Amino acid sequence: MRRNARVNVLLVLAVVLIAVLPVVLGLGDHKAEPFAGADAEAETAITEIDPDYRPWFSPVYEPPSGEVESGLFAVQAAVGAGVVAYCLGLWRGRRQGEARAAAAASGAASGPPPADDADPGRV
Amino acid sequence: MHIAEGFLPPAHAIAWVAASAPFVVHGVRQLTREVREHPESTLLLGASGAFMFVLSALKLPSVTGSCSHPTGSGLGAVLFRPPVVAVLGTVTLLFQALLLAHGGLTTLGANVFSMAVVGPWAGYGVYRLARGLGARLEVAVFCAAFVADLSTYCVTSVQLALAFPDPVSGFLGALGKFGSIFAVTQIPLAVSEGLLTVLVVRLLLQSNAGELARLGLQAGGRGKAGAEAVTR
Repeated sequence: MRRNARVNVLLVLAVVLIAVLPVVLGLGDHKAEPFAGADAEAETAITEIDPDYRPWFSPVYEPPSGEVESGLFAVQAAVGAGVVAYCLGLWRGRRQGEARAAAAASGAASGPPPADDADPGRV
Repeated sequence: MHIAEGFLPPAHAIAWVAASAPFVVHGVRQLTREVREHPESTLLLGASGAFMFVLSALKLPSVTGSCSHPTGSGLGAVLFRPPVVAVLGTVTLLFQALLLAHGGLTTLGANVFSMAVVGPWAGYGVYRLARGLGARLEVAVFCAAFVADLSTYCVTSVQLALAFPDPVSGFLGALGKFGSIFAVTQIPLAVSEGLLTVLVVRLLLQSNAGELARLGLQAGGRGKAGAEAVTR
């Protein structure tokens, strides 16, 4: 694997490791509800500090179940990842196209055309 | 860092809207100017916004035994400067408030202030500082994303402590309480966000180095910021 790709893979692995380790090490075991959301814990803390506080506004739309909610979160992540991946792929393709066009132009001027499997995306 | 709907008293909710609004309005102007002057940057703007969409939907386990999510605001701050991120962050927060019951309309001002105003500015400040000191691009980007992420959650803790001071130990007691929920949980996540932002910047450098150079991001030790500092 090229050095660039190797560093990129290592970055992803490090992120996965940081996310998985707390679960594997059982760092949530001391809690009644392990790995609950920090936002929800803050709501609990508010009601501890001020037991009389009542939220004065409720969400305009609330997903009917946890499944629907996690589905909508997945949609949010998928849309974001899709756009990022589309852009990265488009730019990479453009670069390769430009490199091929340049190689073809210089190839037409002198010598045989470049092999198709050449990797113009090399950094 | 999402303060839930209705969980800030009305006076606080209004105050945070007033604090955030100028940044968002200024951001909309900057964003339209950027798109008008550099139409080719629309795609990269979309990618920066999409990166915030992905990261703020990723709920990750942390060492404190609870889950939280990164913000994704460091990337846009480094690429397009913080005002633009105020707009991208507001769009993300609106989506979550309206469709996911995550955050809320009454707390939008406070959430925008932490995630889309303070986070990006703090991250951008650290980025400029690191570049000025001659740090490699990757190091500066990591620091920017880490600080943008962590400062967002520190601001949320302050916002909640201001609204709900502890009856016995006061503002500082409440700050300790909310800080231990948000800020401590966030430290490993901020590291993850830093690594992911470095990954995306590397992928951008490998595929679209030209546009990154126009935005002042060049690989190596001395970027535009450093070069300016040297010539002065």
